[in-house]
Amino acid sequence: MLVDPRATVADMLRARGISRRGFMKFCATTASLMALAPSMTPKVAEALQKARRTSVIWLPFQECTGCKESLTRAGGPTLENLIFDAISLDYSETLMAAAGHQAEEAMKNAIRENWGNYLLLVDGSLPVDVPEYSVIGGVSNLEMLKEVAAGAKAVVAIGTCSAFGGLPAARPNPTGARPISDVVKDKPLINVPGCPPMPIAITSVLVHYLTFGTLPELDHLNRPKSFFGQTIHDRCYRRPFYERGQFAESFDDEGAKAGWCLFKVGCKGPTTYNGCATYKWNLGASWPVESGHGCLGCSEPNFWDWQGFYNPLSTTQWGGYAQIGAAAAAGAAAGAVAALAARRKQRPVGQDVQEEGK
Amino acid sequence: MNLLEFARGPAFNFALIVFVFGVVWRLAGLFLQWRRRDLSKPRQHNLIVAGTRAMLMRSLPPHELEKHIVFQHMSGYAWHIAWFISLLFFAPHLPFFKQFLGFAWPALPNWISLGAGAVALALLLTLVIRRATNPVLKQISTWDDYISVVLTILPLATGFLAYGRLLPIRYETLLALHLLSICALLVWYPFGKLMHLFLTFPSRFQAGALLGRKGVEA
Ligand code: SF4
Repeated sequence: MLVDPRATVADMLRARGISRRGFMKFCATTASLMALAPSMTPKVAEALQKARRTSVIWLPFQECTGCKESLTRAGGPTLENLIFDAISLDYSETLMAAAGHQAEEAMKNAIRENWGNYLLLVDGSLPVDVPEYSVIGGVSNLEMLKEVAAGAKAVVAIGTCSAFGGLPAARPNPTGARPISDVVKDKPLINVPGCPPMPIAITSVLVHYLTFGTLPELDHLNRPKSFFGQTIHDRCYRRPFYERGQFAESFDDEGAKAGWCLFKVGCKGPTTYNGCATYKWNLGASWPVESGHGCLGCSEPNFWDWQGFYNPLSTTQWGGYAQIGAAAAAGAAAGAVAALAARRKQRPVGQDVQEEGK
Repeated sequence: MNLLEFARGPAFNFALIVFVFGVVWRLAGLFLQWRRRDLSKPRQHNLIVAGTRAMLMRSLPPHELEKHIVFQHMSGYAWHIAWFISLLFFAPHLPFFKQFLGFAWPALPNWISLGAGAVALALLLTLVIRRATNPVLKQISTWDDYISVVLTILPLATGFLAYGRLLPIRYETLLALHLLSICALLVWYPFGKLMHLFLTFPSRFQAGALLGRKGVEA
């Protein structure tokens, strides 16, 4: 579709057949996601209607394309993916029609024309130790990120790989995969983690940026507080079972069939900050815990190596029986030496009396 | 590595090694240090009966003092039992034991295990305040007493904080503090009075047997 560069976001959404009612519903949802009062909905709508399309460059590094799938195949032609009409996605190897040199050219043009104003989205981690492991058009990811980030107004790390290293960083991390934040130090950076992230989390960041021209309030891991402010456990519908101490012991026992809490089969919901329990997946159809599997904690740093997915949170990473055995053997040896030393000082009862009597 | 990763990994590992090493060291040191040979003639030959009798009798309050120490005595039993109920039968604790033993046992409903934990916490707090204010107890208390009681209270207190999210702190931080309090308890265990878990009954037995040998009914 040919795009009029002067078109506003509202023009684009209208052209895609989004009704005013649908648009207002979208604004209300995103306003609540951004932790704004409902009274702010008209303001969001007004700002979005006037907003010019922002140039966006989306760089893919060591990734599986799951993050883009999450957004573009959210279950149907939702407003979440139509938001892409509200931005000018000038470069995305996966989503754009152009390929090869044409695509690289489009990126260079976008950078030149929008220097200092474009939004840079990144999915995938950076192979920092061996940059040659991931190159695009002969340019390493590391080099490309430095170049493109230099002219960006802000950088959004989409998905856990770009936010925290993700699966490519799993032990033994052969490429030396690192998050974007290790390289981008001088630009506003926002992390939207998840493996993949929820489409609405990505959209809400973009809408916030389009509406206010700024990034939303972030937590200590640079995640939008409005979306990542509460744990899965806080909003989980199985929580009453947790409170009552009713747990599934395996995936096919009576507890699992009755829909009891999945804590004992490894659910990481209590330590995972994400919106799955509230917004669900696939047009609100379901989410992992509702489907009978514990939360993997995919929006948290190091979730891939932290501990087994099926080990409950109340277990530890102890060193195994060999280590305990060695500690016990060392203790026994130390005790035996101490006992023998004490024994050498002892005299038979009576001997001391006899000696004293002499 | 965040605080929770540290608590569940290196800190717990270290604490477990110190605990096992320390407990085995102290037990081996005591049990291998067999007593001096006694040249006197035994007045009683069945020392097992004498030792067992002392072990049981000394678990009851001495008749003469019964009236005066009833609170101390009963609350001591009560908090020990309640503490162990909350440790061993609170459902989220069971995977913790299963990782070492390879098996677990049925949990009690939360209202019982948490109720027991609340009773233990309330009694322990009362007892430590009493220890610090009662003129006699104050005199006979050492740092070891206070450290041991505080380290016994901390896992309960942090456990409630984490379970109930009673502080405006992130859950993973509270869970890490709970684990770290357990680590502190494990590290202190072999070196302070908490070692009585392993020594109370053997020492009562030994005292009974020795006195029995001398013809004294303990
Ligand atoms: S299933 Fe997971 S998130 Fe839900 S209540 Fe249980 S532990 Fe919490």
